[in-house]
Amino acid sequence: MTVREFLEWLSLAPGVSGFEGPVAARIEGAWAGLAGEVRRDRLGNVIALKRGDRPGSPKLMLAAHMDEIGLMVTRVEPDGFLRFAGVPEVDLRTLPGKEVVVHGRRDLRGVVGHPPPHILSPEDTKKLPKLEDLFIDVGLAAVRARELVAVGDPITFRAEVRELKGGLVAGKGFDDRAGVAVLHQCLEELAGLHHAVDVYAVATVQEEVGLRGAVVGTYGIQPDLAIAVDVHLGDTPGVPEHKSFTLDKGPVITMGANIHPVLHRDLVAVARDLNIPFQLEAAPAGTGTDAVAMQVSRSGIPTALVSIPCRYMHSPVETVALADVARAGRLLAHFAARRTPGYLEELAWS
Amino acid sequence: MELNTLARLCDARGVSGDEAEIRDIIRQQAGGRVDVLGNLLVARPDPAGGPSVRVMLAAHMDEVGFLVTHLEKNGRLRFSTVGGIDPRVLPGLAVLVGRDRAPGIIGLGPPHLLDRKESPAVARVDDLLIDVGCSSREEAERWFSVGDYATFATVAGELGDGLVLAKALDDRAGCAVLLEVLAEEYPGVELHAVFTVQEEIGLRGARVAAHAIAPEVGLVLEGTIAAEGAGREEADRVTAVGAGPVLSLMDRTSIASREMVRVLVEVAEQAGLPYQFRRSGQGGNDAGAISLALEGVPTAAISVPCRYLHGPASVASLEDVDRVARLTAAFVRRVGTEGLRFRY
Amino acid sequence: MKELIGRLTGAYGPSGREDEVRRLIAGELEGHVDGCRTDALGNLIAWKGGPGPRIMLAAHMDEIGFMVTHVDENGFARYAVVGSMDHQVLLGQRVVFPGGRMGVIGSERVEKPEEMKHEKLFIDAGAGAGVGVGDVAVFHRPLEESGCRLVAKAMDDRVGCAILVEVGRRLTSAPNQVFLVFTAQEEVGLRGARTSAYGIGPDCGVAVDVTDTGDTPKARTMEVSLGKGPAVKVMDTYLMCHPGVRRALEESAAAAGTPFQREVLERGGTDAGAIAVTREGVPAGVVSIPTRYIHTPSEMVDYADVEGAVALLLAFVSRPLDLS
Repeated sequence: MTVREFLEWLSLAPGVSGFEGPVAARIEGAWAGLAGEVRRDRLGNVIALKRGDRPGSPKLMLAAHMDEIGLMVTRVEPDGFLRFAGVPEVDLRTLPGKEVVVHGRRDLRGVVGHPPPHILSPEDTKKLPKLEDLFIDVGLAAVRARELVAVGDPITFRAEVRELKGGLVAGKGFDDRAGVAVLHQCLEELAGLHHAVDVYAVATVQEEVGLRGAVVGTYGIQPDLAIAVDVHLGDTPGVPEHKSFTLDKGPVITMGANIHPVLHRDLVAVARDLNIPFQLEAAPAGTGTDAVAMQVSRSGIPTALVSIPCRYMHSPVETVALADVARAGRLLAHFAARRTPGYLEELAWS
Repeated sequence: MELNTLARLCDARGVSGDEAEIRDIIRQQAGGRVDVLGNLLVARPDPAGGPSVRVMLAAHMDEVGFLVTHLEKNGRLRFSTVGGIDPRVLPGLAVLVGRDRAPGIIGLGPPHLLDRKESPAVARVDDLLIDVGCSSREEAERWFSVGDYATFATVAGELGDGLVLAKALDDRAGCAVLLEVLAEEYPGVELHAVFTVQEEIGLRGARVAAHAIAPEVGLVLEGTIAAEGAGREEADRVTAVGAGPVLSLMDRTSIASREMVRVLVEVAEQAGLPYQFRRSGQGGNDAGAISLALEGVPTAAISVPCRYLHGPASVASLEDVDRVARLTAAFVRRVGTEGLRFRY
Repeated sequence: MKELIGRLTGAYGPSGREDEVRRLIAGELEGHVDGCRTDALGNLIAWKGGPGPRIMLAAHMDEIGFMVTHVDENGFARYAVVGSMDHQVLLGQRVVFPGGRMGVIGSERVEKPEEMKHEKLFIDAGAGAGVGVGDVAVFHRPLEESGCRLVAKAMDDRVGCAILVEVGRRLTSAPNQVFLVFTAQEEVGLRGARTSAYGIGPDCGVAVDVTDTGDTPKARTMEVSLGKGPAVKVMDTYLMCHPGVRRALEESAAAAGTPFQREVLERGGTDAGAIAVTREGVPAGVVSIPTRYIHTPSEMVDYADVEGAVALLLAFVSRPLDLS
């Protein structure tokens, strides 16, 4: 599969936080052929281990979350419309009129209804609807809706993956399936490289609701080194230039308190050496990614963060550049391949 | 009504002023001639040879959408909305730009950057752009130009039990009805079926078509609002999907001929068809233009109730579409057999 | 069991000072469990059955309270809230300090209602010495019955404690090793659950706690009502319940013949949120008791829901653990 095909295949699989089963199965299947061992831990993280060729070398954990934002049914109304809550929270700006899939007894197509302008007061037409004014219409009368839908059923956006000009693609769940695609790309590249370190590619669960998969996954794996791969603010109208990163200008390599400076230095060195374009980010405190959880696992893990610029995050049309995904995968593969068995000594603080 | 028939009509492009694609699809099936503005006029002489009542049936082909007004330096497309689109449905939307249907994205910055203390405002159309993936004006010019039209990217399909979800149900549902009605013969009627253009931006196609035809009876086939919703007051719902053809008494553009409405009700009851009255005086349709043509034309409208009208995903009942077609056909038949002409 | 709920809700036990509740529970369980210990944070851990997989049931002992931060020369005490509490329910409430000293919550004169906040309120603990900085008061209200409903302070989560005690007493044999954990410091951040789960290393964790309802006038949309059975949680702020645990709990309810409701809680959490992310992760779920007026002196539950929860949990721990 090409990067585009793999990303599309992942995007179309539902995987709201806590309900990652379908997307996890796809990842598990894809990685089985690329890594020697693939397992799922107790919270559902998919963990692929590609052993290095020098036993006793450090363990490198690469993590990207496979869960996506979504909604959850909270009530079936007497007229068959569904009330819902956000997982983790609703962006009211992007919901009205959008298509969704309600994952009930079977998948049901639906649309998010909102009050039409003609029944609103003039000043209310200028406001966003409130969550309590929204509902989902699955076209079923209440009796049928109750047969097929229960409180607690997850809901995903219904969105095709669309190819824009300039090598960009738009779709749902690219946050952080783009990161999972990076890990996939990395595993594919590693097949042609010698590497001393054991590489753990981990598709984590429940990142969007509190980095929970990374907390337990890192504890279980006990890596010596960890790199989170996530998406980051792409250049979007309304987002200040200094807070955003340009699509197709390469992955973002972060530095700051969440990042071990030597890991950062060496990621940059590999990128420069291979002529992989990259962008730098300075993050003063937490990065809001799995890297936050990984860094403080057990007695502390040297951690880094590589990100794919992404426009329109947390909407049904998240947009990334395919080249950035490929570049990040290549960067990580070569970073792994160049780690020596004694690399941990270089990480010791003087 | 076959889902696929309606879906094919809804998925076609046809923003007001750019109706060529949908017109070609309809013309393939129904024939007819195209007038100066782009209306498709299908005339059926009286199969009984006369005397005939000249009846004009109208459904508009055009849909709400987007028009590219400027290519930005950063490669994005600035746009105007064409017709009444609620700006709240725009962020997070995929659209298809130009004849080649190039995908484009209307997006916003992520919620992460919002000030949590303030509730965010509705994005203004002027602040939104279509992202087609180009990173410079020069690159964008290779594919796009000012004047390109864009539509919602929705693909029509079934929703729940017997409903259809699609863009442009207003008024491809009416077009579907009109095509169905054309399949029958109506002795005593000189039938003029008109698939009009530019309804959404001011009933402009119907106006010139009615002038050319000079009908004695006008009947508009529309998609009208069903403002159903969870927690919504009954009085605010206007119409209900699945409850049958909608008869309008009045909207902002016309008052229906009371005689026509009386006959429509009679015909519906004789045919055992449910019907409902539109519980709102707002909105408007081609009836406004037809009724004022020449010295005036007694006109009424029969509508298919649609939820989320003018949105990317509107919803209607296939059975309602059938019922509107049956009511329309029965009405025209009665006009022909009884030689009915109406007053207001 | 009502009598037990009365004694448990009546006991004094704000977060960090759960001793009285712990002693009471330990006494109730004596002779009914295989072993019992108290860990460093003050969690009471009792165990029974085995030698199969480890199931941890958790209910928190602590309740919300008022910690005195300053006492003026006239004996009026200012306080910091232990846990979370809406100031709107406080004016005129009676509170009690350890040792039985009573206090009444009074307010400064406030011009506009929107100016009211905790800082404008104080505890009037009577004249003279007896209350000092660091002392913690809790609501003073006895358990009352109103039809099939029970009303008390600290129903959150002594009703859960009572349910666990009852499960411990009634459980005769189980294929699983059942840990009944009465946790400390839930109201201030799920702290007791975190350390006790780390200590136990369970294969499955289930919290038993109260949850909101949507069945009062103009309540927030929530499909949980009093009297329709215990609720099996799907999600809250801190937990996406493990699908296998959820299924097992729902099947247990069916096996026990008790109705249940599904719960989606948009704001709030329970000990299970902490248990789930312990060590390498623990499949976790929650059995909730629908409760009105949570974090007020009058937390209301339906007794049938409480009995249903006991039946559900007994069925759950008595079956072989299957989380597939």
